[in-house]
Amino acid sequence: MASVAIKPGTITDPDDLIIEELGYDDHFHEHHHGDKYQSGFIGKYIFSMDHKIIAKQFLITGMFWAVIGALMSLVFRLQLGFPEENMAWLKPVLGQWITVADGVGRLDPQFYYALVTMHGTILVFFVLTAGLSGTFSNLLIPLQLGARDMASPMLNMLSYWFFFLSGLIMFFSLFLSTGPFSGGWTAYPPLSALPQASTGSGAGMTMWTMSLVFFVVSVLLGGINYITTVLNLRTKGMSLWRMPLTIWAFFVTAILGLLSFPVLVSAFLLMICDRELGTSFYLSEIFIGGEALDYVGGSPILYQHLFWFLGHPEVYIIILPAMGLVSEVLAVHARKPIFGYKAMVYSILAIGFLSFIVWAHHMFMSGVNPFISNFFVLFTLIIAVPSAVKVFNWITTLYGGNIRFTAACLFGIGFVSLFISGGLTGIFLGNSAIDIQMHDTYFVVAHFHIVMGVAAFFGMFAGIYNWFPKMYGRFMNETLGKIHFWGTMIGAYAIFWPMHYLGMAGVPRRYYRFDTFDSFSHFADMNMFITIAAILTFGVQVIFIINFFHSIWRGKKVTTKNPWKANTLEWTTPINAGHGNWPGKIPSVHRWSYDYGKDGKEYIPQHIPIQEGESEEH
Amino acid sequence: MSVAIQNYRNRIHPKKFALWIACASMGMLFAAFSSAYVVRHAAGNWLEFRLPDIFWYSTGIIILSSITLQASYHFFTKENTFLYRSLLLITFLLGLGFLVSQYQGWQAMKAIGVELTTNPSGSFVYVISAMHAAHLLGGLGALLVAVIHALMLPHRVTPARKLRFELTYNFWHFLGILWIYLILFFTNQ
Repeated sequence: MASVAIKPGTITDPDDLIIEELGYDDHFHEHHHGDKYQSGFIGKYIFSMDHKIIAKQFLITGMFWAVIGALMSLVFRLQLGFPEENMAWLKPVLGQWITVADGVGRLDPQFYYALVTMHGTILVFFVLTAGLSGTFSNLLIPLQLGARDMASPMLNMLSYWFFFLSGLIMFFSLFLSTGPFSGGWTAYPPLSALPQASTGSGAGMTMWTMSLVFFVVSVLLGGINYITTVLNLRTKGMSLWRMPLTIWAFFVTAILGLLSFPVLVSAFLLMICDRELGTSFYLSEIFIGGEALDYVGGSPILYQHLFWFLGHPEVYIIILPAMGLVSEVLAVHARKPIFGYKAMVYSILAIGFLSFIVWAHHMFMSGVNPFISNFFVLFTLIIAVPSAVKVFNWITTLYGGNIRFTAACLFGIGFVSLFISGGLTGIFLGNSAIDIQMHDTYFVVAHFHIVMGVAAFFGMFAGIYNWFPKMYGRFMNETLGKIHFWGTMIGAYAIFWPMHYLGMAGVPRRYYRFDTFDSFSHFADMNMFITIAAILTFGVQVIFIINFFHSIWRGKKVTTKNPWKANTLEWTTPINAGHGNWPGKIPSVHRWSYDYGKDGKEYIPQHIPIQEGESEEH
Repeated sequence: MSVAIQNYRNRIHPKKFALWIACASMGMLFAAFSSAYVVRHAAGNWLEFRLPDIFWYSTGIIILSSITLQASYHFFTKENTFLYRSLLLITFLLGLGFLVSQYQGWQAMKAIGVELTTNPSGSFVYVISAMHAAHLLGGLGALLVAVIHALMLPHRVTPARKLRFELTYNFWHFLGILWIYLILFFTNQ
């Protein structure tokens, strides 16, 4: 596995010959003999500074959190689907949070809220931000740009370990006797700002805040690295307009993170002052138990503005990397150039820009002036334009393609389907007049789970199946992959489609049980159906996890460097690339990354020079 | 084991570029504070008070420290060891002086009855200036490393040391400009 500089006269691989002849010599291997700093187990696998290992660390930690977050959702789905059932069997795991009376175990309502809060926090931040963007930005930015590593491998390593620390604090908070934070993943004051507001608002909230501050540090360290690497360490010939769409997406994602996460920190700092030092940024005159607190003149709406200034870009921080991965996977497996490359790039940039001026569409019901709401409605609906451009381009890329229906490709196509379904309901909710009716109902839950939850997962799965050979030198099992796809595709729609109807009927989200409301009692069967679908869909994910870990050690071995016959540079590295990625020179780039089916050739990788008589136009 | 310095084609050193991005990110933190200040100010129940003059002394100190740091860099490149070392040391002491002066500013606010919890108008000044001071501690750390290098290592102008110095003064100037922005913001809002 260790990288060894190529000795002259020993190259036989035609790609390596081209790289040695035309590549860029940065004298890397003269400076890095034997990879001393990562020769031991700890240096290589634990405190590694190699971007490829850090990517795997992000991925596997993200998977761990995905399982925890999904199991939490199963517990609260059991409560919603089967409110009368005995849950005493969960007592060995949940302990005091299951109260047994007359032999019947009940989930503690307070813990129900803690589960919902943790599910949201874990999935949004730990899985779909760190697990998705952290994994693939780390893996692909240096490899696809022709760089030896990130601009600062040290900061990159710190980025992972801050994420790890953040996760550790959040994990420990699950075991507090007062429970983890339970005021919703958005942590609105006063539930978050008053330690006495509920049991989870005390130590649980303190740990939640600490955890997220470390998480922001991780995102910022990662983001600084990603942006610097993209702008400064591209190989010779890799102009911005030749970058694969994956890189464009990671690049804009990192910019969004760097500009929006500090705003979240400012919101948290003011909240910490309210909690610990007695200031009144968010807390106005409040009575608890008949007793007036000292707070005067604060505004909880101020927190909402600051939070959603991060919160909305955050949903694009989640979905943009998935879009980038899907663009690449669809082009590779449809054996066609991506349709409208420049339009795709401009769409990413437009979405990134617009994401900063739509935050108040989360606040239509918070007393925002309706005239100001109009402004946010307008920009929210405008986001549909670049989003639709992307959707049309994916479909047009697939149209007439010689599609290889691999698991990666299926998940890419599934992503497009989910993004359309979830995106259309976004147009409903983006209109303040309709949002007033739909706000805080299951319609919203259905919308965001499909468009940025499940869709982002599909992008991630497409990425994992496609780049697994690059990560581990082996393939994942295709048959299991296809079972995984169909199970998840059908399962996800079975879970979230019915929620639209619940929402339209006015069923509110965040309620512990509905059987005391006559108007919602006839939805009991639908809730039961959703819960069963959720359990089955989780079961399908177990197949994926088994496939993943089994394939790391027992999967079919990759025998050629470029198993998918793709054009990007990561497939010119050795099957098990060592530190520095290329054993000799860095390949130089002569064309964009989507020359599929050009001049009668199935594919022409980026490092192949323009041939005589060939035009660079595409 | 920096990979970044391997690539000689860069017009701007990647580490300097990374620092600028980090500064942009820190700028967003203070932009968010400023916007929260403006929004809260507009909502009324806002105690008006005059910012103690001591904060203007702080401003003078931090401007002076940027000048001495830049001068120290100048003499570093001109290989004038005495002035390089002494100006760097003075910069560090001015940095400490700035923090002391800020602390006195907080005391002065307390003396006129504007305590941390009195009214959000005062709370914002305390919290924002404290966040600036926290970032300045990072800058002082970088200056301390620079002072130790200056005193312990033989004076040689190498690209690596020049770069390190440039990173240090870039960050320090950023902190100075940030404070000037903040005090102008506080006095004009």
